[in-house]
Amino acid sequence: MLVAGAGNAALCAAITAREAGARVVVLEAAPKEFRGGNSRHIRNVRYAHDAATDYVTGPYPVEEYYDDLMRVTGGKTNEPLARMVLERSKGVPDWMEAQGVHFQKPLSGTLGLGRTNAFVLGGGKAMMNAYFARAEELGVTVVYDAEVTRLMLDGTHVKGASVLHDGKEQEISARAVVVASGGFEANIDWLKEGWGEAAENFLVRGTPFNKGKLLRVLLDAGARPVSEADQCHAVPIDARSPRFDGGIATRVDCVIYSIVVNRDAVRFYDEGEDIWPKRYAIWGRLVGQQPDQIAYAIIDSKSQGLFMPTIFPPEQADTIEELARKLGLDPKTFKETVSDYNKAVRPGEFDPTQPDGCRTRGATPEKTNWARKLDTPPFFGYPLRPGITFTYLGVEVDDKARVLFGKDGKPADNIFAAGEVMAGNIMGQGYAGGLGLLVGNVFGRIAGEEAARRATN
Amino acid sequence: MLQTDPQKTDAMEEAERLMTICNACRYCEGMCAMFPAMERRRFFGDADLTYLANLCHGCQGCYHVCQYAPPHEFAVNVPKTLSTLRAESYERFAWPGFLGRAFHRNGLVLTLAIAFGLALVIGLTFGLQDPGIIFGNHTGEGAFYRVIPYEAMVWPFGLVFLYAIAAMVMGGVNYWRETAGKTGAKLSTLAVLGGAWDVLTLKNLGGGGHGCTYPDGKYSFDRRRFHHFTFYGFMLCFAATSVATVYDHVFGWIAPYAFTSVPVILGTLGGIGLLIGPAGLLWLKHQADPEPQANDLWGTDAALLVLLFLVALTGLALLVLRETTAMGTLLAVHLGFVAGLFLTLPYGKMVHGVYRLLALIQNAAEARARD
Repeated sequence: MLVAGAGNAALCAAITAREAGARVVVLEAAPKEFRGGNSRHIRNVRYAHDAATDYVTGPYPVEEYYDDLMRVTGGKTNEPLARMVLERSKGVPDWMEAQGVHFQKPLSGTLGLGRTNAFVLGGGKAMMNAYFARAEELGVTVVYDAEVTRLMLDGTHVKGASVLHDGKEQEISARAVVVASGGFEANIDWLKEGWGEAAENFLVRGTPFNKGKLLRVLLDAGARPVSEADQCHAVPIDARSPRFDGGIATRVDCVIYSIVVNRDAVRFYDEGEDIWPKRYAIWGRLVGQQPDQIAYAIIDSKSQGLFMPTIFPPEQADTIEELARKLGLDPKTFKETVSDYNKAVRPGEFDPTQPDGCRTRGATPEKTNWARKLDTPPFFGYPLRPGITFTYLGVEVDDKARVLFGKDGKPADNIFAAGEVMAGNIMGQGYAGGLGLLVGNVFGRIAGEEAARRATN
Repeated sequence: MLQTDPQKTDAMEEAERLMTICNACRYCEGMCAMFPAMERRRFFGDADLTYLANLCHGCQGCYHVCQYAPPHEFAVNVPKTLSTLRAESYERFAWPGFLGRAFHRNGLVLTLAIAFGLALVIGLTFGLQDPGIIFGNHTGEGAFYRVIPYEAMVWPFGLVFLYAIAAMVMGGVNYWRETAGKTGAKLSTLAVLGGAWDVLTLKNLGGGGHGCTYPDGKYSFDRRRFHHFTFYGFMLCFAATSVATVYDHVFGWIAPYAFTSVPVILGTLGGIGLLIGPAGLLWLKHQADPEPQANDLWGTDAALLVLLFLVALTGLALLVLRETTAMGTLLAVHLGFVAGLFLTLPYGKMVHGVYRLLALIQNAAEARARD
């Protein structure tokens, strides 16, 4: 059997299928150095557990997890599948450990997720290294620089795949195929279908190899779509980051302590709406909706040190006008924006750790927490762009990870999907940290088991 | 804020660049003490970077798991850069200062040449007086001193030993002034004990509890084990010499001592440790992934390991053959290697022990101050 892709879901499928006795070939589009897709960049897994362990600080019951999922997705989820994933989540860290993945004891967690999420020691590349080592030990064949471009389909039955390797297209026959080749966030043309020309200015936080080729093949063949083309997870990242693969280090976490202005030097959204872990995912979209898809977060020296260090130093100036010039903003408008905001700041007891009610009255828009005057030079400015983490548009699957086709949702005979390509079944929108890794693991293993059954019969 | 210093070396600038990236990522924070120490900072001056470089044990784990490792355009290779920076700091803190340059030349060949040279000098000095001394058969109390007179052995070796200790202590003082002295770590007994404990257990060669990815990408405790053999082997030999010194000066018991005596048992165990440990470390080093290493340091690192191994080998051979006519030659060779070891000690890899201990003490002090 073939596994298209070599991230978390793909390797979970390959390992499980091989253990079930199937002969497994994993086809990875990337060269070996960049193997593992977006899973190279993951940090932790969110899983249900009844008590604190070495790796989490307290219980996280399935019910609470389910409520969190409903809240973040606004109910856009396939409830039976979601329940199944959350139930199965309990055993996921143990399974990962059995493959050689190690977890980290909670430290002063960088994202403050010590209770609900177990942190992978060393992060995603460490996890993927363990999975590749395990797969190798079991006798899975992994081919790098091998991009699956087509599936040889006969209705909903797959007979093999066409693979681009060493500059040549070749056909490989297979008794089952697991599609675990990710989303299409690195395919700017496709992003434009949802976002228009704005997509030209999006930065892609993950692998440049997620072009969505197989997702397109499946959709064109009549697979049922889930979620929409303009749904993506995007966070504000430093505008100076690389176009692709900048990963976690490019994020900028100062928004709640700042004012954020757009290209025209005006504010456009309440920066202090809620704590940052609950708001960073909406700010990617917010910046993406601004002219030229750029924004600038401005703080003064009072706020330096309150947030995670950034990879690039901010622009810095002793006056608001000078900072405007350095950032390429109109100094007059920028000064007005700052002074209107400063005038509207009401007195209050500033508390960086929780919503503190320090707010403006009369600013447009209002800032409802952590509002302090920008009055203590030097002033700092961080340029922001939307950084896409992943896309949601995918194919519908059933509880056996079979891709569903046509109006009546007929399950494919031997085509399975796992990971980002079907994560939209669980989260049609919204996100909670560590959920993507879980969905990839659970559906990867189901897909591996089911595909092995088809391949060995 | 950041200061640009025209004196900054390439490695120092690269380390600053890397720590800025790492501090924005922090995925490695569970792997060793270096990353939490980095997280206690937002900006990285020379004092910080020198400290972090000496806190790094060079286990290479953070390289193998790094999403930004080359060929990624961020080209993050922390172990390689920090090992270069460590080597630069060894040179800078050497005492007396002008001998810091010796680090450049202290490769395997030169170190061995020094050791062999000394052995030859010792052998010739006494052999030329009367070949019967070197090639004679001496046994019983004072046998060693009939080959090389007591004063000729104790005084030069005592002085070399004291010099090595003094030079390394001065290096440590220089190091502390330039690191903790500038970052204001608060020393306490508990911090010293904490640092010493980390040295004795090599906690940070544990990769967060599962071993290091050394010599390749797989988790293993091999490096810690072989280092323990080396460290404790050296300490046992040191203890053997100390006990023998007490025997001689306090009790007037003259070497050689019986096979069942305390100095011989300690020395034998230590010698075995110094055969296994350095050989194992060299073997691991030979297989290690070259990417996360600073290749120009290979000679310096290997020199110490080979010399320790040869000191142990000649010492054990001397023990076994001490009642034969080979004793005189072996004694000269063994003493030559011991003298070579101690002379090169303050200008070779051995200084890492001093600076690592101090860095771990500073780390313990900082961690306590934060709690």
